[in-house]
Amino acid sequence: MNIVIEGGRIIDPAQKIDTVANLYIHQGTILAIGHEPPEGYFADDTLDARNKIVCPGLIDLFTHLREPGATQKGSIASETAAAAAGGITTLLTSPATSPIVDTPAVAELIQDRAADAGFVRVLPIGALTRGLQGEQLAPLHALTRSGCVAFTNARLPMVDSLALLRCLEYAATFDLLVIFQAQDAGLSRKGCMHDGASSARMGLEGIPEAAETIEVSRCLLLIEQTGVRAHFGQLSCERSIQLIDAARKRGLQVTADVAIHHLLLCDEDVNGFDSSLHVQPPLRSPLDRAGLRQGLVTDTLSAICSDHQPLDVIAKQAPFSETEPGISGLETLLPLSLKLVEQKLIELPQLIEKLTLGPAKILGLDSGTLQSGVQADVCIFDPEATWTVNDQSLLSMGKNTPYYGHSLKGRVDCTLLGGRIVFKR
Amino acid sequence: MLPKEYYDAIQLTPEGQLKHFLTIEGLSPLLLTEILDTADSFVDMNAQQVKKVPLLRGKTVANLFFEASTRTLSTFELAAKRLSADVLNLNISTSSTSKGETLKDTLMTLQAMHCDMFVVRHSASGAAHFIAQHVTPDVAVINAGDGRHAHPTQAMLDMLTIRQHKGDFKNLKVAIVGDILHSRVARSEIHALRILGANEIRVIAPATLLPKHIESLGVKVFTEMSRGLRDVDVVIMLRLQRERMQTALLPSESEFYSLYGLTENKLAYAKPDAIVMHPGPINRGVEIESRVADGPRSVILNQVTNGIAVRMAVMSMAMSGQQLNTQSSSFTESSARTESL
Repeated sequence: MNIVIEGGRIIDPAQKIDTVANLYIHQGTILAIGHEPPEGYFADDTLDARNKIVCPGLIDLFTHLREPGATQKGSIASETAAAAAGGITTLLTSPATSPIVDTPAVAELIQDRAADAGFVRVLPIGALTRGLQGEQLAPLHALTRSGCVAFTNARLPMVDSLALLRCLEYAATFDLLVIFQAQDAGLSRKGCMHDGASSARMGLEGIPEAAETIEVSRCLLLIEQTGVRAHFGQLSCERSIQLIDAARKRGLQVTADVAIHHLLLCDEDVNGFDSSLHVQPPLRSPLDRAGLRQGLVTDTLSAICSDHQPLDVIAKQAPFSETEPGISGLETLLPLSLKLVEQKLIELPQLIEKLTLGPAKILGLDSGTLQSGVQADVCIFDPEATWTVNDQSLLSMGKNTPYYGHSLKGRVDCTLLGGRIVFKR
Repeated sequence: MLPKEYYDAIQLTPEGQLKHFLTIEGLSPLLLTEILDTADSFVDMNAQQVKKVPLLRGKTVANLFFEASTRTLSTFELAAKRLSADVLNLNISTSSTSKGETLKDTLMTLQAMHCDMFVVRHSASGAAHFIAQHVTPDVAVINAGDGRHAHPTQAMLDMLTIRQHKGDFKNLKVAIVGDILHSRVARSEIHALRILGANEIRVIAPATLLPKHIESLGVKVFTEMSRGLRDVDVVIMLRLQRERMQTALLPSESEFYSLYGLTENKLAYAKPDAIVMHPGPINRGVEIESRVADGPRSVILNQVTNGIAVRMAVMSMAMSGQQLNTQSSSFTESSARTESL
């Protein structure tokens, strides 16, 4: 099957390409970018991409698909369909399912279900410790053989530093990637929003900045000691960026990402106890947001993720502190990220890099590019089209987004996975 | 996510009248003064032989207390009865929620009984806002205390008490002492004092009982009574809950009393005519000395009396605002949504 995507503005940060041309796909892989078809090439199908952007399919470093365990909130089928509609072709899933991803069977189940649905490449993140209890090492090697691409203890505490050290030593032995979602258990135990002027005013228990920075500091020291391949997910504080910068200056090879909502929103937006803004880590101060945005520009943050957490309706129907944290984000990842370009924080090709090549490099994947020979995971979007976020437009079972009812600019028209059209508007 | 103006307007009709009473924050000095003036008229009435007016006749008021309370519940009940309303008291702290029913379902059930007003106390900050926004927009919601967030009727009865004793707010220095962190009363009082134009608002507590960035509410922070009480006109003591001793917030009741308990010696730092207030129930020997609590400068029992009048004022004002609003409703959620964010 040959598909040609005609006349789009092709942006591929890996090749530093930003040009209006055709993209030729041959048997599921990228063949060429150019104005004339390669010799002997006959297109079976043509996609008109004039006035559209053609870029590598997005790679989302952290999502909850909720299956197995919480299928009232989302299923692998529903959420991967939503991902395809959001231009995402590869995503990582949280190990915090029920049962937890600490045995090969669960990791395989997730991938089998994802393959049946056929919308995106689903790469499970395995649990670092059994049951995410923070005590006993999970079978990292077996989980890797069953498809886990990285390991994390999610936001659950690793109280015992010795246990953490052993986990990192073991992961380092096999050159496995460990993802830290830094959050000190004691400092975040009761809180539901950033500890600052807004929480003081509303009388909500705060989560101080130190809940993140203490844990980032501890992890950085142990990373340095063990030499483990390490990545920090969904940072929320400016000070965390400074800590990671300092470690990188010392020569430590650590990477980090940020969730899109932390680049756009802050604690001052939590007006009137709006539970759609209840999220972990919490939306921090405007200064933190500025620090994160700077970290994106200076490349300390090399990827933007959705931190997709679909919830059922009742999960948000309670007073703020009693609601479940989380924002549904697969389908808004691209349009919200495009706001950063509109706000002149970064250029469009740079933004595309944060959503494609950046996360691919963190994971050591060869995707996230439109180089000839790689699998044709492609996103075609209209940067000018607007759409309204509502029950009808969202495919995800989770309608829990602070942007519900808002009109967003930037809409995915078509998503290809391995040269196959998995989403078309 | 809705613009801030929407939330500021949630308790007001488009004409600026009260239709709910959820928080003091965002209300105008004019409206607060109107509440105090209305309450004043009820104070006089409550001293009469016949203590009843027909303002809420034919209306049903449900007191929904998701958290235990004696004095707030009873003054709300009395206030509603003196306005001629039918009153339903529901102690929900242990019944529905323990059966797994959500707050929303509980409220929907009660709404189906055609109540006209909910007086709500709940342990979660923002509970009253949640109810007013999502559950019962046509029922007047009066916040009788939500978590640490607000206790607006308590703040207004304190303002009434201050006004009765001091006349004007303009030249007043007011100190609020004790557990500011957990206090919805303190937050509402700070807003009320600021809006009514108090000269200086102070909070006095150890750092463990102060919320971070409390200064952003427009208060001066003191950690010592000797400095914080100097030249103040009003001292408001807060209740210290015994549970606080079981955490790392405070070492012991006696240490707290020796540092922050209001004794006659410490009261001497304040102005000679300073009044002493307490929202009750008081812990004698923990936050206040008996001689002070029962002394000539204590207005604690005036506060209780004023509580009924203030609650009558707020209930009658919200009910008339709600009635006018349902006749000409215009400010809806959908019209408030913007595309600005």
